[in-house]
Amino acid sequence: MAKEVKQLDRVIIRFAGDSGDGMQLTGDRFTQQSAAFGNDLSTFPNFPAEIRAPQGTLPGVSSFQVHFADHDILTAGDSPDVLVAMNPAALKANLADMKKGSTIIVDRHDFTTRNLQKAGYDADPLEDDSLSDYTLNVLDLTGMTVEAVKEFGLSRKDAARAKNMFALGLLSWMYGRPTETTIAFLEKRFAKVPDIRDANVKAFKSGWNFGETTEVFAVQYEIKPARMTPGTYRNISGNLALAYGLVASGVQSDLPVFLGTYPITPASDILHELSKHKGFGVTTFQAEDEIAGVASAIGASFGGALGVTTTSGPGVALKSEAIGLAVMTELPLVVIDVQRGGPSTGLPTKTEQADLLQAMYGRNGEAPLPIVAPQSPGDCFDAAIEATRIAVTYRTPVMLLSDGYLANGSEPWRIPDVEDLPKIEANFATEPNHTNPDGTEAFWPYARDEETLARPWAVPGTAGLEHRIGGLEKGDGHGNISYDPRNHELMVRTRQAKVDRVADSLPPLVVDDPSGQAKVLVLGWGSTYGPIGAACRRVRKAGNDVAQVHLRHLNPFPNDLGEIIKGYEKVLVPEMNLGQLSLLLRAKYLVDVVGYNQVNGMPLKAAELADAINNLISSTDVSSANNTELAR
Amino acid sequence: MSVDLPMPTNFAGTKGVPAAEGKQTAKEFSSDQEVRWCPGCGDYAVLKAVQSFLPDLGLRRENIVFVSGIGCSSRFPYYLDTYGMHSIHGRAPAIATGLATAREDLSVWVVTGDGDALSIGGNHLIHAMRRNINLKILLFNNRIYGLTKGQYSPTSEAGKITKSTPMGSVDHPFNPVSLALGAEASFVARTIDSDRKHLTSVLAAAAAHRGTALVEIYQNCPIFNDGAFESLKDSDTKADAIIPLQQGEKITFGVDGSKCVIHSKTGGVEVANTSAVSEDQIVVFDAHNPDPTLAFAVSRLTDAGVLHQSPIGIFRDVPRPTYDDQARAQVADAAKDLGDPATKLAALVTGADTWTIV
Repeated sequence: MAKEVKQLDRVIIRFAGDSGDGMQLTGDRFTQQSAAFGNDLSTFPNFPAEIRAPQGTLPGVSSFQVHFADHDILTAGDSPDVLVAMNPAALKANLADMKKGSTIIVDRHDFTTRNLQKAGYDADPLEDDSLSDYTLNVLDLTGMTVEAVKEFGLSRKDAARAKNMFALGLLSWMYGRPTETTIAFLEKRFAKVPDIRDANVKAFKSGWNFGETTEVFAVQYEIKPARMTPGTYRNISGNLALAYGLVASGVQSDLPVFLGTYPITPASDILHELSKHKGFGVTTFQAEDEIAGVASAIGASFGGALGVTTTSGPGVALKSEAIGLAVMTELPLVVIDVQRGGPSTGLPTKTEQADLLQAMYGRNGEAPLPIVAPQSPGDCFDAAIEATRIAVTYRTPVMLLSDGYLANGSEPWRIPDVEDLPKIEANFATEPNHTNPDGTEAFWPYARDEETLARPWAVPGTAGLEHRIGGLEKGDGHGNISYDPRNHELMVRTRQAKVDRVADSLPPLVVDDPSGQAKVLVLGWGSTYGPIGAACRRVRKAGNDVAQVHLRHLNPFPNDLGEIIKGYEKVLVPEMNLGQLSLLLRAKYLVDVVGYNQVNGMPLKAAELADAINNLISSTDVSSANNTELAR
Repeated sequence: MSVDLPMPTNFAGTKGVPAAEGKQTAKEFSSDQEVRWCPGCGDYAVLKAVQSFLPDLGLRRENIVFVSGIGCSSRFPYYLDTYGMHSIHGRAPAIATGLATAREDLSVWVVTGDGDALSIGGNHLIHAMRRNINLKILLFNNRIYGLTKGQYSPTSEAGKITKSTPMGSVDHPFNPVSLALGAEASFVARTIDSDRKHLTSVLAAAAAHRGTALVEIYQNCPIFNDGAFESLKDSDTKADAIIPLQQGEKITFGVDGSKCVIHSKTGGVEVANTSAVSEDQIVVFDAHNPDPTLAFAVSRLTDAGVLHQSPIGIFRDVPRPTYDDQARAQVADAAKDLGDPATKLAALVTGADTWTIV
């Protein structure tokens, strides 16, 4: 039966179910299929902190959103075109995000009285008119799955577990996804349990066949491959890209990587990944706590390795004193903070950007350190290399601020040519660098490079350069303990000046102001790049002018940032916090920037942000406009 | 009395660390920094002993690193002309763990105190011993906080009157040797600051051991806890106070061996009069026994209160694979067919599922 095929330029699908229903796997497979097909895409996994939250409840709902298109896209999308809901709780938890007219596919099997109650439904929404605004498809996905796989003799429970593959098969048919990668995946994943493997493959194919034969779905959709910059692509998540970036940092600096870390959501995957790549000289040390993680990395750096520690906000809080030691001892150290909702334990699996001020100021004393932030999952690779460049060149701890959205989200990534990656020079000290008054040669561990103000990095095993470093204030040059007031003032200012000098090594900022007529600049950092870019496109499509600048470096700010900001009437700063970058910008440039702040554990929505930008643009025409934070 | 321990002949602990060419002197190991402990501090004696011992260790000076935490004793690295790091409170074992794992060719020593190691840094200490990192940890135990001017420490006796406990401490103290044995340490010893010969022999045995060596050094603080170990030092009392542990020997002490250690009915050990027991009842000490039960029982003979009796010597010295050796072996094994790193990196970042846009 030949069905009608409709062309679409982009689609957003959200798979939602219980946290044990395999929704993350389903979404991930759909993503890989779309990547293999050549669409541009962006994903947003959203799941509870509990491994198995109470079954059938709203807190137990896990979802995976995938946005795929025939053109380049910047976000996982605000509102799904299709929701696949595997139980009442999944329907209830996600319905508020659905637009009128969008499609909802429901597995009616779990819509029992008890499950409806658990989700807080008084009446069955499939039986009343409450979903009449949507294109509703009520199917017995579980029942059809059990029927399809009965030949394998599985228990009913095991058979029903393949329902996610049935749903994936159905959606794969609807959007013309290639199936080979998923079949190959299932065959490998369940190679040791043939009946489970065969059941999953059968369920997947049955879902596809159901779409093709049933009259429920009259239309198949086609989303052509995207026209993207030529090159070879793969799909990559932020944490994977960070891990690869750290491996690359070791290769490019010719330093052994030493990761000292303690498991924490959402950063643990970096440890898991790096532990697979010892062949690159990477050592991974799962320490007894966060403090030991960073301390061991500092010890390894003292020994001439590239010390790295990975964590999330609560872990940074624990590591603060040791990071101060790295500031004082001026040793290279890369600290990766995959931010999550805070304070305290907060929202472990949700995203937030509220650690910027902690990174900036969260240590005792004047303890400046450079801060870099990636802007997309793939960009985590480059950000890791940049953090390493600064850490090694300037002999300083560097904070890299990723977040939960980047860590777990994925996108097509144009695979870099390894030949094009920057080389990073460790330039270990090998000889004395000072002549004593009596003419003898000496090694001064706190002598400085004129250009970078970096101190020499002399590693144990280097004869003649024996020296002692530590947390007590160091005398300028010779590095012995010094309590001299003038020396302390000099050293405090020198450490600050060294970090400030990093700005001299940065390229000019990229200002995206296509018309050159914009009065409003949108200035962001980190993972908000996608939503901000998408919002700016909407604004321009509507005929307004807006400029966009995105910061890779949060400390020091690039040298040209002040001039750029002064060139616009209004500067809007969207952040997933209460205005931390705004605070820094106001303090540094005395500019009345306007904050757009959201702290709900979710990425910004492009449509809402576009409205805020449009409002600000309108207000620039009104002289009385003096709002510092737009109402949302 | 003093205990003679044989100098070790098999220095597995320093395997991989380059040997010095020619003879070194204590002076070469002394830095140009003025030593700033209080007059009469036990730390001086330990520093002298270490400066004299290191040349005998025969390693290249630049391949020796001392890492310390915070406290009086943690100033130690500044006075040695080796590589060193005076780090932050309690974290020296963690820093040293990273250093020792990253560098097989270094002899890494940790200098710490009872507050640094057992209070703020307790977690790192037990995990270093559990992992058996190739570190030599010198725990200077003066049973008091000195640098912060006289508060009780985790090894102070219950009831101790200090600045922070004017009515007497109600904390029960740690026995560092018992703690180390419980934390799976493969080498545990106790020595005394004033007994240079014994201290040196324990340092040698610790250096020879591959893995974490925990050496508790009873160290007098003349300002805030003077005389804490006097019973072990006074010529009138020390024969009865020091229970010497000698490998393969019966444990006897006191004037003319009048006292001994026997198994008790409760499953531990106890002190008895030698004349009141038969020869074969006396416990023969074996630090090499894989079972730490006897070592632990003997460690309990240490007074928890004011010290009148304490076993001194090597409690435990058993071989066990070290974390750092095994971690390096995994890296070396994985790296042996790496080939060109750039080529391998290109393959890694490319992965299995790609598509090409032309």
